Amino acid sequence: MSFPLLTATAAVPALGAIATAAVPAARRTAAKWLALLVSVATLVLAAVIAVRFEPGGDRFQLTESHTWIKDFGLRYDLGVDGIGVALILLTTLLIPFIIGAGWNDADPLETTSSRWRPTQGFFALILAVEAMVVVSFEATDIFLFYVFFEAMLIPLYFLIGGFGDRAHEHGEDEAAKQRSYAAVKFLLYNLAGGLIMLAAVIGLYVATADDLGTGTFSLPQILEARANGDLTLGTNTERWLFLGFFFAFAVKAPLFPLHTWLPNAMGEATAPVAVLITAVVDKVGTFAMLRFCLGLFPEASDWATPVILVLSLISIIYGALLAVGQRDIKRLIAYASISHFGFIVLGVFVMTSQGQSGATLYMVNHGISTAALMLVAGFLISRRGSRLIADYGGVQKVAPVLAGTFLVGGLATLSLPGLAPFVSEFLVLVGAFARYPAVGIVATLGIILAALYVLVLYQRTMTGPVKESVAKLPDLRVREVLVVAPLIALLIGLGIYPKPLTEIVNPAVERSMSDVQKKDPEPDHAVTTDGGWFDYQPAAQGETADGGHK
Amino acid sequence: MESLIGLLVAVPLLGAALLLCGGRRLDGIGHVLGTVLSFASFGIGLALFADMLGKDPEQRGLHTTVLSWIPVEGFQADVGFQLDQLSMTFVLLITGVGSLIHMYSMGYMEHDERRRRFFGFLNLFLAAMLLLVIADNYLLLYVGWEGVGLASYLLIGFWQHKPSAATAAKKAFIVNRVGDVGLSVAIMLMFTTFGSFAFGPVLGAAGETSEGKLTAIGLMLLLAACGKSAQVPLQSWLGDAMEGPTPVSALIHAATMVTAGVYLIVRSGAIFNGAPDAQTAVVVVGAVTLLFGAIVGCAKDDIKKSLAGSTMSQIGYMVLAAGLGPIGYVFAIMHLVTHGFFKAGLFLGAGSVMHGMNDEVDMRKYGALRKHMPVTFWTFGLGYLAIIGMFPLSGFFSKDGIIEAAFAKGGTQGLILGAVTLLGAAITAFYMTRMMLMTFFGEKRWQPDAEGNEPHPHESPKSMTVPMILLAFGSVFAGGFFAVGDRFLKWLEPVTSHEHGDPAYGAGVISGAALACMAIGVVGAWLMYGRRTVPVVAPRGSLLTRAARRDLLQDDFNHVVLVKPGEYLTRGLVFLDHSVVDGVVNTTAATVGGLSSRARRMQNGFARSYAVSMFGGAAVLIAATLLMRAV
Repeated sequence: MSFPLLTATAAVPALGAIATAAVPAARRTAAKWLALLVSVATLVLAAVIAVRFEPGGDRFQLTESHTWIKDFGLRYDLGVDGIGVALILLTTLLIPFIIGAGWNDADPLETTSSRWRPTQGFFALILAVEAMVVVSFEATDIFLFYVFFEAMLIPLYFLIGGFGDRAHEHGEDEAAKQRSYAAVKFLLYNLAGGLIMLAAVIGLYVATADDLGTGTFSLPQILEARANGDLTLGTNTERWLFLGFFFAFAVKAPLFPLHTWLPNAMGEATAPVAVLITAVVDKVGTFAMLRFCLGLFPEASDWATPVILVLSLISIIYGALLAVGQRDIKRLIAYASISHFGFIVLGVFVMTSQGQSGATLYMVNHGISTAALMLVAGFLISRRGSRLIADYGGVQKVAPVLAGTFLVGGLATLSLPGLAPFVSEFLVLVGAFARYPAVGIVATLGIILAALYVLVLYQRTMTGPVKESVAKLPDLRVREVLVVAPLIALLIGLGIYPKPLTEIVNPAVERSMSDVQKKDPEPDHAVTTDGGWFDYQPAAQGETADGGHK
Repeated sequence: MESLIGLLVAVPLLGAALLLCGGRRLDGIGHVLGTVLSFASFGIGLALFADMLGKDPEQRGLHTTVLSWIPVEGFQADVGFQLDQLSMTFVLLITGVGSLIHMYSMGYMEHDERRRRFFGFLNLFLAAMLLLVIADNYLLLYVGWEGVGLASYLLIGFWQHKPSAATAAKKAFIVNRVGDVGLSVAIMLMFTTFGSFAFGPVLGAAGETSEGKLTAIGLMLLLAACGKSAQVPLQSWLGDAMEGPTPVSALIHAATMVTAGVYLIVRSGAIFNGAPDAQTAVVVVGAVTLLFGAIVGCAKDDIKKSLAGSTMSQIGYMVLAAGLGPIGYVFAIMHLVTHGFFKAGLFLGAGSVMHGMNDEVDMRKYGALRKHMPVTFWTFGLGYLAIIGMFPLSGFFSKDGIIEAAFAKGGTQGLILGAVTLLGAAITAFYMTRMMLMTFFGEKRWQPDAEGNEPHPHESPKSMTVPMILLAFGSVFAGGFFAVGDRFLKWLEPVTSHEHGDPAYGAGVISGAALACMAIGVVGAWLMYGRRTVPVVAPRGSLLTRAARRDLLQDDFNHVVLVKPGEYLTRGLVFLDHSVVDGVVNTTAATVGGLSSRARRMQNGFARSYAVSMFGGAAVLIAATLLMRAV
């Protein structure tokens, strides 16, 4: 048997988490370095996955399969398609930056007498989340996916509730109350989603047992049975099961009107944890829509499309308008993310190659751009001890590097052409427009609002006369520059040359399109592009054919 | 030669990267580096131009694909460059005027502590603008389009400690984003219509699709052009953009970036030629803006804002010409080039005046400067004669071409358009004469600045006057050079095509009428501002004057129609999200789960036990279901 690469990619951070947690209280710095090392090792493993993965090959590759609980048909089945590879790369790539950015966020305050070792705990929890997210992207057994989809809530609950910004404009007690409210709200929303999904997972098992003789949770097996016609769900069953799955993913993604936990969670958590939530964990939701909802329930997906498109359009516009109205930097970024998740869901459900490739790239690019913006925002907030936009002004003058990186993160968030998010956003828009022109146009209006919330935020915090309270803010430190600079380089690099990613993603999207039995709309007058550029002769157009030339 | 095309963009881009990331080490030589790289780009442009001249006019186009940019099923975007006569014209204008303005900035920005960054942004602008004009497809053009918008944003807000500058920068970007929606939708329409958005395939196949589709694409492109080129109804950002340093106003907000809309329309000629309704819309936008800008230009006392009104108005001429179709394309571009010379020169002259007058911009506080700043006076004066269309300076030839083309459109439309262009010529002469008289003639009306420093006007240093002299040279001779023997027409015709239309009157009649209109404008201005002393405090003025001072109420309109309702909407939504959406979802969840009593406990800190019980419940549920199946 070959080396279990997929297991290793999850096991390394899992074992790393245990090891980090076990570091003695006095050796805080060692725990940080250990966590960083583990996350980098995981990234290396993910890179090996990407290299070993053959874009044109089997649907699920690097597969591993073991019986877990035979009687219940539970299996430990792993395998990745191109979309999974892209998201594993994103996850493992961001964790080292999250750790680097949160380097000092969990140092124990001298005044508090903590029962546990917060620093060790903080980094161990981050690695634990990483391990669970990676398994979610790898699992081809639906129950296995479900277990990790739900289990990651536990470490996240503690990360949100247990660690907050070091200083608060409302005072320690109020902040602790807000944090605990945010953590509970996060947990309840996601648990509720998860429970409904669980019912649907079991329902699916029952249905497979009825049709196939033995019940199964295996995604490849079910996909094959559905393609062969061995497994036929009744229309109603399929719709109910679809709704059960979709609800859970729509909470996690999150989609309007299930989004209200996100601004609380991202606002109260430290910036690196906020990035972990929005850039990494939430992607499991959109990823699962693409893999499970479309793959398992193509007809129900088609049936639900109109409603989902409307909800995603509402998310885009509503999220952006609310971002414009925020007074708190982190909540603003949270609402911006809700708007972006609207784009991702839109791309998934418009059922075009451009839309789905765009949605997958969007997941990756949104992860990187939000990380850049949110982490710099975190650096800013930790300096001044306030999340309120109104407490800042003129920072550009005193901390130009911080302001410059914040601007680049912001420009990526508004999808400036030339940066990576533009590629994915345009693909989603064009994919939407190709099938539903009106939907595409409404979504396009989101780009105006994005410019508004980003530039208003930048103007109020960074420009204008220097406020007294920020006059002594230090510029970015070396560690902070090391965190942000590679993210910015990636945003530029993937904006100019996204081809390596699209090559991995395209075949998976083709499969997904064939799952739902959809074809891209044909252009009215397809033009062959390989006829040479100078075939176009302006003078041959219209009524002015006097200057004919070759 | 193809490989040189990419270098056009790469050289200034390298400059931008070095200057913006290089840190303090480059503070000392940053401005020199930026200027040298700009001239290097100009040199590459000249080499390509020389090569192009050596070829047969029909064979001059170059094309090269650099890399496959976004390959997705059914959607292929490449990074590819094309250089034909139209693009070449822009390349020379951008790098030529751009280099002169880099040079001017060495003097103008000498004492600014952030000079290195200024030159970095200027280089970034050059790279983006060059990309815009040499891209071989609309999506890559979009990158350049937004890149110049970014550079413009950074440079308008360059003095960002001034709230007015930061606000103006943001406004420019956001108004332009409205235009970007147009460009985005146009590209999507092209994609669904032709399966491509590269110039060659789209423009080549434009004739095969329906007029309705072409009209839709054309209108969306027009929306984009309105944003970038400050045409009504997206004109409101340009006046405020004058918050930027004056070299920026000269390069970006007069000579090059704001003309990108004209490039877009002329480049997309094949689309507009098949969409008469879209062309009518273009012409109307051009005609309205032509008058709008000119009227605003008459009322402003701020020399830069008056010039900004003038820029809008002159671009209105170009857009109008571009909307006329093949009778106007060549003249639109020709006026664009001559305007690039004289308007850049006028702005640099204004900057030179401000430089000598403690950064005062109010023309009512100038007066009698001709003796103190002779070089500025003469170069500005030549630019003035060029813009009002004095024979035989540049503006005469290029504007005359547009007026003739407007009349040649024929019918009532031709008459109306011709009359508008003539009226515009008269108003142009009026406000420019007013500017000239208020600045350089009459009594001194100098006032001490806010800190009480008396102005001591003096001529600007060589680095500033040399570019002004060179631009004045272009203002005087470029038009004649282009017009004699139809040089410019023959140069551009293979790309844009040309037809003569149906001239209603002889060329002499129209030129005579244009000169007469100009004379009326000059005399009118002299009667009001030359013969009488100019009051330091502006008189109340007529209703129109007061409206024009407020940019014909554009901001008031936007405020009432967009800004205020928008604020109420977002505030309302914030409340709604907090109270209603959140509340309803929470309550539903609590009710459905029958958990309202627990929800209360959750607030009291029983969250963990609650979570555990939920997990426990889930585990029991799973076990029960599975057991039932297993039995």
